[in-house]
Amino acid sequence: MSRVGRNIHVSVDRLRQLANREGRPRRITADAGTCPKCDSHYSADEMRRNLRVCPACGHHFPVTARERMEQLGEPGGYVELWPELRASDPLQFTDLKPYTERIVDAEKSTGMGEAIVCAELQVRHQPAVAAVMDFSFMGGSMGAVVGEKFARACDHAAQKGLPLIVVAASGGARMQEGTLALMQMAKTVIALDALAEARVPVVVVLAHPTTGGVWASFASLGDVTYAEPGALIAFSGPRVIEETTREVLPEDFGRAEAQLRNGQVDAVVDRRELAERIGRVLHILARPPGTAGSTAAPALQWAQGGAQRVGGAVQALPTLPRKMMDRMRPGSTDGEDSGETPA
Amino acid sequence: MTDRKQAGRLRKVTDKVRRGQEPAEDDLWERVQLARHAERPYTLDYINRLCTDFEELHGDRYFADDAALVAGFGRYHDTPVAFIGQQKGRDTNERTYRNFGMAGPEGYRKAMRVMEIANRLGMPVVTLIDTPGAFPGASAEERGQGGAISRSIQMMWRLDVPTVAVVIGEGSSGGALGLGVADRVLMLENSTYSVISPEGASAILWRDASKAKLAAQAFKPTAANCYRWGVVDAVVPEPEGGAHTDHEQAAEILDQYLSRSLVELAAMPPAERRRARRERFRKLGPLRDPEGGMGMATGRETPPPG
Ligand SMILES: [Zn+2]
Repeated sequence: MSRVGRNIHVSVDRLRQLANREGRPRRITADAGTCPKCDSHYSADEMRRNLRVCPACGHHFPVTARERMEQLGEPGGYVELWPELRASDPLQFTDLKPYTERIVDAEKSTGMGEAIVCAELQVRHQPAVAAVMDFSFMGGSMGAVVGEKFARACDHAAQKGLPLIVVAASGGARMQEGTLALMQMAKTVIALDALAEARVPVVVVLAHPTTGGVWASFASLGDVTYAEPGALIAFSGPRVIEETTREVLPEDFGRAEAQLRNGQVDAVVDRRELAERIGRVLHILARPPGTAGSTAAPALQWAQGGAQRVGGAVQALPTLPRKMMDRMRPGSTDGEDSGETPA
Repeated sequence: MTDRKQAGRLRKVTDKVRRGQEPAEDDLWERVQLARHAERPYTLDYINRLCTDFEELHGDRYFADDAALVAGFGRYHDTPVAFIGQQKGRDTNERTYRNFGMAGPEGYRKAMRVMEIANRLGMPVVTLIDTPGAFPGASAEERGQGGAISRSIQMMWRLDVPTVAVVIGEGSSGGALGLGVADRVLMLENSTYSVISPEGASAILWRDASKAKLAAQAFKPTAANCYRWGVVDAVVPEPEGGAHTDHEQAAEILDQYLSRSLVELAAMPPAERRRARRERFRKLGPLRDPEGGMGMATGRETPPPG
């Protein structure tokens, strides 16, 4: 039987049990650090509290996928999905060392099973499915497991009517899986359409770096796309371009700020404001909490068959102008976080 | 190496492939050379032989026309069909004009423009893949190379009309896949299809530009392997000695495979075609599920027919 599209729910207890089983590699917490930009030194605790952003200069350090989940989610955390999937070695690939060895090393040094973590969580009270990549696992490269987990996350979000949050951090397709890694670009792009059919939004966050086949597939297809300051976002990296075309590239080539000017992202968002920003945009775009799975998305009512055929929208009509006027009144608290919806 | 000597070695390689043998290590590098052979038929060589009244369209309607990618409509077996493909050049001038078959965002946007028209007017879409990769340049990045490729992939997947992609020479990286998401993917016997060119892989994985041969061996990007992995649905044979020896015959053989694919696809209802297209790409990529036994198994045990 094909396992495609089957969702596996893992209880928190089960996760604890997995986390504590014998022989499991200890997670290396990226800990104390010195800022490469301004040389400020921070303890492990300071790093964590500052969301791995240098308070002195704003430099964004890399974040592991699981820490990212904790940064975005509510207290009480997240429920990880399909953590058991592992890569295979279809090409028996060896470069400077065998691929199988590289996978084992990556698992040991990161404590992760693959370069992506998928989970259900709540961002500022807004339930969502998140697919978060981890650059520390083989450069965040996309092989069959990343493609499959991403595709399952899309299906899962679509089935539950939940928005999808993607955090990309990847050097591109995983070369050690050859042509099959290339195919993951098609697989992930196709999977995203489940969300389009379910009419739920996709928010993409581009962390440093997002390049190659990941940028040229799902990472460039968000409805709303944020980039972290300084993140390199490009199909071809600066070194490849300089070698191929002999161009001399500007200092900020492909960086988030330049890509904002180029019209490739919607905003450059500081990590310390990211959860708030995602929560706010989902509050506008996604179905209100508790109505997921129903067809009660406000925008949907307007898109399907006109307001007179949808009771909720008709009732909402008279209240809409008054609410808008309230918001425009000077000194009013705008009700943005009231959790109220027109219906 | 002289041309005659090279031709002789290439013929040996082709013969081995025909007998279903995996080429030896040195031979694999010869295969890469064969896929890039300067006399190999390119996209327009096939289009001009396959169809009558080909009308090439130009420009993406946003910025420019990209000569590295050709797109238009023609009559193929008396049926209107859209043809899209990367175009390489033969002499130095033409190579520069075609940018070595490396399309920029304008190329993929032109492709999407033609796909949209084909879908609206009900024409099948045939793509011919022949590129060392999408163009790596600052201007391409500024105008959204990544998004142009991902949207081209997305549009191909969304098409209601039958689609066939053919790897005719060199199929490398996302630049190739941008035209590769079709109902049927065919691959010429001596072509290659890979995540990156051997030269690119050599620089990145071995940190040494001279290890391209080694990279080619590691990637094994041959038609036989791509068939085994399930990446392509059929391997299209080439004339004795390779497609470069006889363009006419190469186009005739491709015609047989292409027309058969289109006839098969035309018999399927559009919704069924799309469902199968999704399933086709969804199942690619073997993985392990240590707690649930083996995950999906993909690929084929048998060598390609023919
Ligand atoms: Zn700093």
